Amino acid sequence: MNAMNDSLHQSVTKKALLVLWTNKITRCCLVTLLGYAAVSLLCKMGWLVPNWNAEVGASHEAPNWVNWFGTDILGRSVFAKVIHGTEVAMSVGFVVAFLSILIGVLLGVLAGYFGGIVDECVVWLYTVIAAVPTMILLMVIAFMLGKGMKSIYVALIVAEWTETCRLVRSEVMRHKTRDYVQAAAAIGANNFRKLFVHILPNVMPLIVFQFSLVFQTSIKYEVILSYLGLGVQNKPSWGIMISDAKTELLRGVWWELFFATMAMFLLVLVFNILADALRDALDPKLKGR
Amino acid sequence: MNLFFYLLRRLLYALLVIVGATFMVFFLFNVIVEDPTVVLLGKYATPKAMTALAHQLGLDRPWYIQYWDILKSAFTFDFGYSWSSKQDIFKIFKEGALVSLTVTLPAFVLSNILVVSVALWMTKYRGTIWDRLLVLFCIVMTSISALVYILVGQGVFAYKLGLFEITGYDHGFPYFIPYILLPTLIQVLLNFCYTYRFYRTIMLDEIYQDYVRTARAKGLEENVVLFKHVLKNVLIPIITTLVKDIPGLIFGSVLIENFFGIPGLGNLVVNAMNCADFPTIKAATVVAAVLSIVFSIIGDVLYTLVDPRIKL
Repeated sequence: MNAMNDSLHQSVTKKALLVLWTNKITRCCLVTLLGYAAVSLLCKMGWLVPNWNAEVGASHEAPNWVNWFGTDILGRSVFAKVIHGTEVAMSVGFVVAFLSILIGVLLGVLAGYFGGIVDECVVWLYTVIAAVPTMILLMVIAFMLGKGMKSIYVALIVAEWTETCRLVRSEVMRHKTRDYVQAAAAIGANNFRKLFVHILPNVMPLIVFQFSLVFQTSIKYEVILSYLGLGVQNKPSWGIMISDAKTELLRGVWWELFFATMAMFLLVLVFNILADALRDALDPKLKGR
Repeated sequence: MNLFFYLLRRLLYALLVIVGATFMVFFLFNVIVEDPTVVLLGKYATPKAMTALAHQLGLDRPWYIQYWDILKSAFTFDFGYSWSSKQDIFKIFKEGALVSLTVTLPAFVLSNILVVSVALWMTKYRGTIWDRLLVLFCIVMTSISALVYILVGQGVFAYKLGLFEITGYDHGFPYFIPYILLPTLIQVLLNFCYTYRFYRTIMLDEIYQDYVRTARAKGLEENVVLFKHVLKNVLIPIITTLVKDIPGLIFGSVLIENFFGIPGLGNLVVNAMNCADFPTIKAATVVAAVLSIVFSIIGDVLYTLVDPRIKL
């Protein structure tokens, strides 16, 4: 009974972390995620395989004790390329998820809370953007802004904030008439306080869930855009590695495809499991979305 | 009468959305991008040639006239001529859309029939190990990049084992069938895994409804309950959401078309990007926006027509 009371009084965010940490599978996922973050940070600092462009062996060497993941057509280490691809994918995932959620939540909260003309404008804006199919929108924006990381960031942020905004808006609309918000108003809370101290913490589970969803979809789209030649230039990316494998596979060179795929698979899988666990633990009503 | 006003309201709003979408297109193509004549004429462009080309393409007109052209094209579908192939864009689009549909439509129909029936069937086994294994299978499959399925399918099943055509396309029924077999299989698998969990939840919500209990209580067989009573009720939301996916089918799957060398609409857009064919890309964006707005209205109206509980 005591334990139950405790869990009732915890904040939603704290509860989320506790749930994720106590479950064995999700704890593994969290640790794996931290590992990915560490690898990409170390790589960014230049402490981990700083020179991926170096020739370390013969062309298309199969995995062996010196080059664990084998080498590519120019004799570069596939291991180093996978690590650098991890850095690219993690930064795309993080930057896009963070910024698009920020924009989505801000506009969603404003629209849902204040209603009226603000609401009309925000709804119109995301309807317009959502009207263009995601793949076409991404390709057009990335193409128009010129090839490179920055265009990928912008394209993905523009395409990804709408869903978060829509969900947050309807959630805030649902919450703002609740008793607890009225109670807060009765003791003199202003709009800002009602929104950010009272309503937002209750929308937090949804936001965290959207974050993990946007993170993994952006990674997937980065790979596809890089494959189409619209993404990262002069840097290894999982998408470019997979696209190189197009011709390699016919000659029996499977390792570049395999290791790039595995690196991406593990990361996306971890996010999938975490998102599922969060959804089930925090808000059973969200099930199936 | 009610429906009439609802439709009118929706159409007026759709007009506003089309204005927004075309403005976005205008912004992307006429404001962000640098002078397209530089792209077209290359490194050795003379200022004189650039002005001449700009005039020929109508780029020297005031911005509101250029925007008006885009907005007009959303209704007339008259996009002018492609810069690279000099063909009427609407004509190439029509051909490309038909090709795309032959690749996406069979997969769409098959995968949805499959996923709905499997999700219904599996409600009998909810909570068992088989249920969990299938969910796990879908999570694992969706964590692998779609590129990999295409690569492995093409490299192993088509090239090594020779079971399918590797790339290419033949126009006209039934000549295209050998070329769409492998793309269809891949799409069915992917679509199944991406949507299974969603349908599973819908079905699980539905089978705890009162009418299902009543149907069982009067002694109907479980299969009749599932595939007659439950199916009829869940089909309403399913079909209306599927209607909204149709524009996506027309545009095809960019990746599949690119890998298998299918001359559909998706590939057309990618090729247009490779040769900086602005009018074609612009037209694709406008058509995509207009189609998805129109089909979303159709989906909503269908929903209200089929389900009498929903008031307009």
